[in-house]
Amino acid sequence: MTTGKQLIKGNTAIVEAALDAGCRFYAGYPITPQNEIPETMSWRMPEEGGTFIQAESELISINMVFGASAAGARAMTTSSSPGISLMQEGISYMAGCELPAVLVNVMRGGPGLGNIAPSQSDYFQAVKPGHGDFHIITLAPHNISEMYDYTFDAFDLADKYRIPVMILADGLLGQLMENVELDRSRKPALLNAPKPWALTGASGRKGQRIVSLLMQPGALEKHNMDLNEKYNLIKKNETRHELAGMEKNPEYLIAAFGTCARISKGTMNIAADAGIKTGLFRPITLWPFPYEALKEAAKKVKKVFVFEMNLGQMVEDVRLAVGDDSKIEFYGRPGGGVPTAEELFEFIRGKVK
Amino acid sequence: MKKGRIRIDEERCKGCLLCVEECPKNEIKKGGKINRFGYTFAEFCDNGSCNACTLCAIVCPDCAIEVIEITEDEKK
Amino acid sequence: MAEKIVYKKPDSLTDKIFSYCWGCGHSTVHKIIAELIDELGMREKTIAVAPVGCAVFAYDFWNFDTTEAAHGRAPVVATAIKRVHPGHLVFSYQGDGDLASIGMAEIIHTANRGENLTIIFINNTNYGMTGGQMAPTTLIGQKTTTSPAGRNIKQNGYPIKMSEMLAQFESVKYVERVKVTNAASVIKAKKAIKKGFLNQLNGTGFSFIEVLSACPANWRMEPLAAKAHIDGVISKYYPVGLIKDIK
Repeated sequence: MTTGKQLIKGNTAIVEAALDAGCRFYAGYPITPQNEIPETMSWRMPEEGGTFIQAESELISINMVFGASAAGARAMTTSSSPGISLMQEGISYMAGCELPAVLVNVMRGGPGLGNIAPSQSDYFQAVKPGHGDFHIITLAPHNISEMYDYTFDAFDLADKYRIPVMILADGLLGQLMENVELDRSRKPALLNAPKPWALTGASGRKGQRIVSLLMQPGALEKHNMDLNEKYNLIKKNETRHELAGMEKNPEYLIAAFGTCARISKGTMNIAADAGIKTGLFRPITLWPFPYEALKEAAKKVKKVFVFEMNLGQMVEDVRLAVGDDSKIEFYGRPGGGVPTAEELFEFIRGKVK
Repeated sequence: MKKGRIRIDEERCKGCLLCVEECPKNEIKKGGKINRFGYTFAEFCDNGSCNACTLCAIVCPDCAIEVIEITEDEKK
Repeated sequence: MAEKIVYKKPDSLTDKIFSYCWGCGHSTVHKIIAELIDELGMREKTIAVAPVGCAVFAYDFWNFDTTEAAHGRAPVVATAIKRVHPGHLVFSYQGDGDLASIGMAEIIHTANRGENLTIIFINNTNYGMTGGQMAPTTLIGQKTTTSPAGRNIKQNGYPIKMSEMLAQFESVKYVERVKVTNAASVIKAKKAIKKGFLNQLNGTGFSFIEVLSACPANWRMEPLAAKAHIDGVISKYYPVGLIKDIK
């Protein structure tokens, strides 16, 4: 892949972004709809001098990423919903050990084996992962440029805060091809930043450890408090969102992320033609969720329409932010259902009349 | 004949007695004192027959035994 | 008269007293690993992966870089570390619950990939840390807290022989089963682990050393009785000796 305008698939953009960001370890297991990632990685990663391993399960993928990260490498794994479920154990261990890594979930329908259609049914799993008291950063792209940009940014974010960062995409974003101009001139800011905590051999020092078991009385409580301080810093520094259409003083706000936000942009145009002014609030970080910004935006409108490809997951955070349930109208399509822009517009029209 | 003696770290020793069974010279015995962990640690008998063979230290799980080899000054 | 210390605690062990029970084989194996790393001059180039189980605390005792894997995942954590630092000595240290039960997929695939690693497998025929429950390695008829009437082959199958099984893989280069019941067997065990380390350092490939290890506390035996139990009973089902050695 080169610089300049090109037709590129979402899954491929993720591969190139990871390599550009200095990722040199990838382990992954086949699962639709993200197979282009391990397939492309299997030859692109060796070209860049890194390690590609086809893991024998998602448990193995995530634990290989644990090892590579502990050893100081920029590491990534990718999967889709059922595979991400299997990774929850490893994600919790990485959070406990404060290991950076980038994880990609190209979501499909669930529960169980579900189907392979695009879905947003893993919002809960992404923002409330694993066992124990922890968070991971979750970024939600809504087009192919962002599949590249957010993946690229995720590696610096992961290293900056020593935290796993998840890219929450879906089957549509993974499979979609777009003609995009990627900015490949950027250099990852923290690629060469020292990692004194990494296991590189105890050269000239005592042996050090990367562990999540803290058995001394009070030690784990202190660790959790330290993690919380870090999470507060991330909330303060890294919370991101997109707010569109507010310059026209809309009466209504749409809140949606990822593919649903993309569809909602079409809905806004249809609504405008019908004389209904809408704005769009698109959380970019799902954790930390942009509560304050949404609260402010919601003050200026009569209603907040929440659109998701699930039966109501992000809407819980929207309710917390808005603080007035009577303002909120939810419409969701589960099980791989992808709404059309017209369908969402009809829902809005039904509620504003 | 090599001469030797051992030092038993009373805090590290858990009194498992693997060394007692191992010593070919019967130079180690179950002790009569208890360390701060509650273990009855082993004691070196010091009967003069230790030859610093190190078998006791090799079998000791707890690295509680240090073996010292004593060489007589050569007198010519 | 001149005095010379001919045996002392290796530098690759910290000063912390082993937290293991009296007569526990973990202590012995921790010690000989540390001695070997001293002897090979590898303290500054070693990265170990501890398991979940009693030996989860290995990092308290080893004075070299160590991480702790989720239960059973140590071989794949070690795989990634070795791929990132191919010049380092990387090993996983795992008990029988960790390696032979919950981590079965990880050890088999790591062996089958022929990773250039050393795996040290501590077989004490039960789950030590959680209080002596039945493991896949528990002997037929052995009473544990979850097999109070003794392991029953109709319900639980036969004790699994990891070494013999892994030796079937073409990419596995060296497998030996040892014990640490007396000085002679400790010397043999140390020799086997040394071979496993050297195989890795000279690029030979995957090495697996199984150590029959006493668990006096959960076997409800004093250490000398536990040692006799390994010599007289356990090593009858799990015979010690070289199982595979391919150059």
